[in-house]
Amino acid sequence: MPPKISIQNVSFTYADGTQALKNLSLDIAGNEIFVLFGPARSGKTTLLRLLNRLSDLFENARYQGKILFNEQDIFEHGTDVAALRRRIGMVFAIPTPLPGSIRDNLTYGLKVAGIHNPAIHEERIERSLKQAALWEEVKDRLDSSAFALSGGQQQRLCIARSLVLEPEVLLLDNPTSGLDPLSTGIVEDSLQELKQRYTIIMVPHSVQQAARVADRAGFMLDGELIEVDQASVMFTTPQDKRTEDYVTGRFG
Amino acid sequence: MATHADTRAHTDTKPHKGAAEQTPPAGRPFWAKWFEFLIERLIGAAGVSAILFVALIFFFLLREGIPTFLQVPLPQLFGSRWYPIEGMFGLWPLIVGSILVTAGAVIMAVPLGLITAIYLGEIAPQWQREILKPLIEVLAGIPSIVLGFLGWVALAPLVQRLGAPTGLTAFTGSLILAYMSLPTIISISEDALYAVPKEYRDGALAIGATQWQTIWRVVLPAARSGLVIAVMLGIGRAVGETMAVMMVTGNAANVPAFGLGMFFEPVRTMTATIAAEMGEVARGSLHYNVLFAIGIVLFIITFAINSLAGRLVGGQASRRKRGQL
Amino acid sequence: MKRQQVQKIAVGVITTVAVLIVIPVVLVILYIVVRGAGTLSWEFLTAPPYNGMTQGGIMPAILGTVILTFGTAIACIPLAIGTAIYLAEYAGDNRLTRLVRLAIVNLAGIPSIVYGLFGLGAFVLFMKLGTSILAGSLTLGIMTLPVVISTAEEAILAVPQRFRLVSLSLGATRWQTIWRQVLPQALPGILTGVILGLSRAAGETAPLLFTVAAFYLPELPHSIFDQTMALPYHLYVISTQVPGMPLSIQFGTALVLLLFVLSLTLAASIVRTRMRRRREW
Repeated sequence: MPPKISIQNVSFTYADGTQALKNLSLDIAGNEIFVLFGPARSGKTTLLRLLNRLSDLFENARYQGKILFNEQDIFEHGTDVAALRRRIGMVFAIPTPLPGSIRDNLTYGLKVAGIHNPAIHEERIERSLKQAALWEEVKDRLDSSAFALSGGQQQRLCIARSLVLEPEVLLLDNPTSGLDPLSTGIVEDSLQELKQRYTIIMVPHSVQQAARVADRAGFMLDGELIEVDQASVMFTTPQDKRTEDYVTGRFG
Repeated sequence: MATHADTRAHTDTKPHKGAAEQTPPAGRPFWAKWFEFLIERLIGAAGVSAILFVALIFFFLLREGIPTFLQVPLPQLFGSRWYPIEGMFGLWPLIVGSILVTAGAVIMAVPLGLITAIYLGEIAPQWQREILKPLIEVLAGIPSIVLGFLGWVALAPLVQRLGAPTGLTAFTGSLILAYMSLPTIISISEDALYAVPKEYRDGALAIGATQWQTIWRVVLPAARSGLVIAVMLGIGRAVGETMAVMMVTGNAANVPAFGLGMFFEPVRTMTATIAAEMGEVARGSLHYNVLFAIGIVLFIITFAINSLAGRLVGGQASRRKRGQL
Repeated sequence: MKRQQVQKIAVGVITTVAVLIVIPVVLVILYIVVRGAGTLSWEFLTAPPYNGMTQGGIMPAILGTVILTFGTAIACIPLAIGTAIYLAEYAGDNRLTRLVRLAIVNLAGIPSIVYGLFGLGAFVLFMKLGTSILAGSLTLGIMTLPVVISTAEEAILAVPQRFRLVSLSLGATRWQTIWRQVLPQALPGILTGVILGLSRAAGETAPLLFTVAAFYLPELPHSIFDQTMALPYHLYVISTQVPGMPLSIQFGTALVLLLFVLSLTLAASIVRTRMRRRREW
């Protein structure tokens, strides 16, 4: 089966000359939880941004290589970037509800896509909130302000918001960074359910979280992909010394 | 296309297949893309319209003003007799008038404005700041004609009592102009002082300097370029003022004798000349053209000042760079 | 210790000066209020003048200023907001953008009388609009552009980046993001800037001199191609060109103009604080 996402010899340099990614190659399979971990400034977030082409916002950056999604080059001329972003959703490190109610947040993506049918809205709202483990807590107050929710609830709302669009891939950039342990646990648990339906690529908050959650993992350092392995191997007997040093906490 | 029945069938346990493009039921209308394209083009046009307007202003000034240079020889144009009725178009008295009034205003406004900015930025407690700043904003909002009116009705008689025959002098104009330039000078100076990093002040205080010493020896020199810009923009503001000076400077197009007393003579500024005489001038006459020529001179002066200030600011401008994800 | 003495003196001088600056501002306003309040009456505000302007009200001038303020708004706002959106969301860091900003700085610095000349040459004569509300509004509109552009751009830039990122990542286009997220959140700031710009325009005299203003008009304007009276110009004429004009009317007119402008400034402040409080984040 072809990989869901195929990253081939990708390099990326910012306008000021810093090279964030150096000839990276990586395949992501469907319905797995792939964790991209490594110290700060290793290029993990840059790579995520490339996958849904939020990297387009960087002025004057240079990009080389290919990224295939379902065997199609996402940087090909003429690609519908908005449609791409609906199929590859992203959740950011800081929970960012949009101004408005919970329902407004969830239907935003549908409305900008031109889907206005209230029946479809309701159905997708319910389904995505259940998948994000938030339905029970908010089902009676969908019209209340999204900012009244707790941090953990807001982040699950953000996850649900992406799920409403029925994506194929979910990019999670350090989604539990600001959350308390209980909320973190809820989010981590929901990932197991979510991977049945979606492919998940996640940047974790810590090595421990990576070990808890990952099916496969990739260790990044200074823009390079050092090692890719099954989680059971990566976090116990990694092959590269640098990986081992990082996993065991000798640097980080 | 997925129907409603299909979407219902995807219950929470079935794996989700999504290799093909997911077309959501009903998408954006077909004209949406073109509409956005048009809007973004319009926005781009708006963006560059500012350049167009500056060019247009200069163009129309030239259009009506160029005949001057063809008909009045330059030496005469800068001669010292402004007597349009007899065909004498010497701009020098008007230029001197503008210089005197502006200089007087700047001499008064810069120290006062700077000191007030220092007070607001470095010394005043918060509650005083909350009173002062709105008051300065109110000052900025008072229409120039109202200040001119007050100058005419109340200030000029005062100056008259100081000895000037009519009270309508360059000094009277400078006084009002100084007040009008204050908000500009204060606000830009404030920004310049604010931009000096806190560490500079902390460092000075840590080695035992008093607050005043810190301000005088550390903060002010560090803010120097910003303060220069404040002064330049204050000058630009003063040079361009029309109504207030027109009402109180006496409107006598003479070159006063050099000396301290020259500030207490009645004068005529370039701006006031245009305002006062355009109404009585026949369109297309030489007088008319010369008034536009004065406009060209004013445009060039303020253009020079603003471009220079703009270039200095460019180095300090903090514009959020897009792409800081 | 000499240093401490210098410190005390310096602070004392600075404080005194700052306070002194403020006093004349208060005095100016009080003076006009005191000498003009007596003239304000329902008749003064709603009746036209008669007897060579020396009696009656100043309604046509007030109406004219209101009309011109509206006209300025129409001429200025769409263009200014469009420019602000361009600068904040679309413009790259290149030569063209620098040129645009330079142009805006210059527009801000051009003397108001030069705008009057421009209005005369471009709108009154070249476009053959004659001295009219249309010509005056266009002139004032261009003059007000820099103020509104700056405040609008600031308001747009102040919207946190994360909302744009979220919107884009949910499949919105750049324009959809601006229209649905950025502009609504920047609206209070933009509105403040607009009101402030209009308050400045309302008080201007010089741009009106050759483009629209008239002193004695037998009737109210019927269309945008007519001339109109206006408060600032009215004040100018009655205080300098009409012998025998009662001071009470002069001060009354000055007060009305002052109140008009200051109430707009106040409105801008209220908008700014009110809507900032309602912000959810």
